[in-house]
Amino acid sequence: MKISELLGTDPGWIITVKALFIFVLCVLLTLVAIWGERRLVARMQQRLGPNRVGPFGLVQGLADGVKLALKEDLIPKAADRIVFVIAPIISVTACFLAFAVIPMTGVVNLFGHETAMQLTDIPVGVLYILAAASFGVYGIVLAGWSSGSTYPLLGGLRSSAQVISYEVAMGLSLVAVFIYSGSMSTSAIVEAQHDWWFAVVLFPSFVIYMISMVGETNRAPFDLAEAEGELVGGFHTEYSSLKFALFFLAEYVNIIGVSALATTLFLGGYHALPGLTFTEQWWGGWFTMIWFLAKVIAFFFIFVWLRGTLPRLRYDQFMKFGWKVLIPVSLLWILIVATLRVLSQQNTSRAVTLAFASGVVVLILAGTSLYERSQKKSKAENAIGDIPQPSFPVPQIPSQRAEQLHG
Amino acid sequence: MITLALESGATATPEAVLFWFLAPLAVLSALGMLLVKKAVHSALLLAWVMVTLAIFYIAQDALFLGIVQVVVYTGAVMMLFLFILMLVGVDSSDSLVETIKGQRATAITAAVGVGGLLISLISRAVQAKPAVGLKDLEIVGNVQSIATELFTKYVWAFEVVSALLITAALGAMVLAHSQKPIARNLQRDKSIARFRGASLATAAGLPSSGVYSRHNAVDVPALLPDGTPAPSSISATLNARGNMIDSKLFELELKEEEEN
Repeated sequence: MKISELLGTDPGWIITVKALFIFVLCVLLTLVAIWGERRLVARMQQRLGPNRVGPFGLVQGLADGVKLALKEDLIPKAADRIVFVIAPIISVTACFLAFAVIPMTGVVNLFGHETAMQLTDIPVGVLYILAAASFGVYGIVLAGWSSGSTYPLLGGLRSSAQVISYEVAMGLSLVAVFIYSGSMSTSAIVEAQHDWWFAVVLFPSFVIYMISMVGETNRAPFDLAEAEGELVGGFHTEYSSLKFALFFLAEYVNIIGVSALATTLFLGGYHALPGLTFTEQWWGGWFTMIWFLAKVIAFFFIFVWLRGTLPRLRYDQFMKFGWKVLIPVSLLWILIVATLRVLSQQNTSRAVTLAFASGVVVLILAGTSLYERSQKKSKAENAIGDIPQPSFPVPQIPSQRAEQLHG
Repeated sequence: MITLALESGATATPEAVLFWFLAPLAVLSALGMLLVKKAVHSALLLAWVMVTLAIFYIAQDALFLGIVQVVVYTGAVMMLFLFILMLVGVDSSDSLVETIKGQRATAITAAVGVGGLLISLISRAVQAKPAVGLKDLEIVGNVQSIATELFTKYVWAFEVVSALLITAALGAMVLAHSQKPIARNLQRDKSIARFRGASLATAAGLPSSGVYSRHNAVDVPALLPDGTPAPSSISATLNARGNMIDSKLFELELKEEEEN
């Protein structure tokens, strides 16, 4: 029986239990994620990180949450009161919505009812996630606008421009997945990766998705919306207490959400690593959830790693990278994937497919070598010639020093 | 149309509950969109109307249409609109003075005309035809049947519309793109110019005032390592005004202090 048919037989109370489970899982993962991020970043910076509250500082997130809730809740005088209150609610609602279509286990037994841990399975599941994400942007934009001050407005505009442009790249990277799996439903995409993960088959799409998911969640090195050196706190500068906590929660649930989507689309979802498929039967199928969570946490680790490693980009460089590199590259890649798909569907001989693939490779190699040659040429043209040295000593220009060293 | 469907029993109860809950909300927010004073509020209400429409589509089995409605209209179009509204006069309310003569009358006539046309067309298309759910019509599925229609029967219209949109986008880019009469002197250009100049003396930037001097005031020139003052360390404006203090003054003081 297909997953979508299986989910169709769920009684109301099972659906309620699942929805509750998703909510609790997201909040718990957020608490653990905050702790994990702080500890990991601390380790990367030769510090210890939070280690006082609870064992290994594990409940630090909870303590911070309680503290945040007890803070004074301010609404600035210049703020648009209604929109100011609605904005964080929109943000949080939208980020939880995406989880409804994420398959977390295979077929399992939940309180005596055979089902899968997935709230619903719709034929346009992945598009639905994109829709939820684009709805979530409203939270950010409205928060920025309704605060009635300049920095939040700029931060809100920045982050929404960022989310919209990186959503284009993300959507394009997903197209290759749709073409290959022949479906937009999450469970069907997971099933289509039975033999090979799409991270291997569609490696360029995977890379583009990874980059654009960092861009879309406003995280370092793409966290220009809350660049504290430029914009104080970005769109949530004026928020305090629980409203700020909601934005915080939304940010982390969003990160977990895009990680879960990446797991589903590219890393085989809840399936075990190749060679360990026997583990999928353990605990009556519930062990698949361990695999799912492990993959999601691996993605989260990458987020933290990026934050600990890379400096923040400049805004114009970042937008240029999105529109002039990511989108054209993914369009080209879609063309290649679609052609290969049609060739394989029409049962053309292997020679034609190979010829096409090698043609693409030759074209790419030719393009890159031409580019490198032109770079070299412009470098040679722009090299600094002999300029009279001033009367006082100045450090040598690096290119000249290199010439001297190499004779 | 919907009451007809209700009477014929084609609408399931949950859908009817959903409809009677959301439809008044949608109508109210549509009215609010017209009556609210702030432009951003009315844009928000319009976005909400679009979301309720999407929910109606989904309730009537047009899943793909509903979700695309949210992605395209609520997510992209309305968001861009909101963007412009926020950038251009956040709090400015529309002035109600007519600048073109008879604009109001013409606009009302045109609006009534378009409304009448839409109502008559839709009623003609719907009347005398039994209501059939999408589920009964589609065998292969929502996405597939739309794709088949779009890329076979309506492929010409589809291509024409896409050409139109691309032309519009190009036109907007051409209109918005202006070549500056003078190239902007950016940080990078300045840095290149420093190294390509006649001498490397200023490659590291000009000396700042007061270096090696007893005073670091902006009007005291820096001293070069050999003890001579460097007038280039003083701002050109101060130099032109003649507001430069001789650094020799402070040198003397230094010697006196040493003697003491």
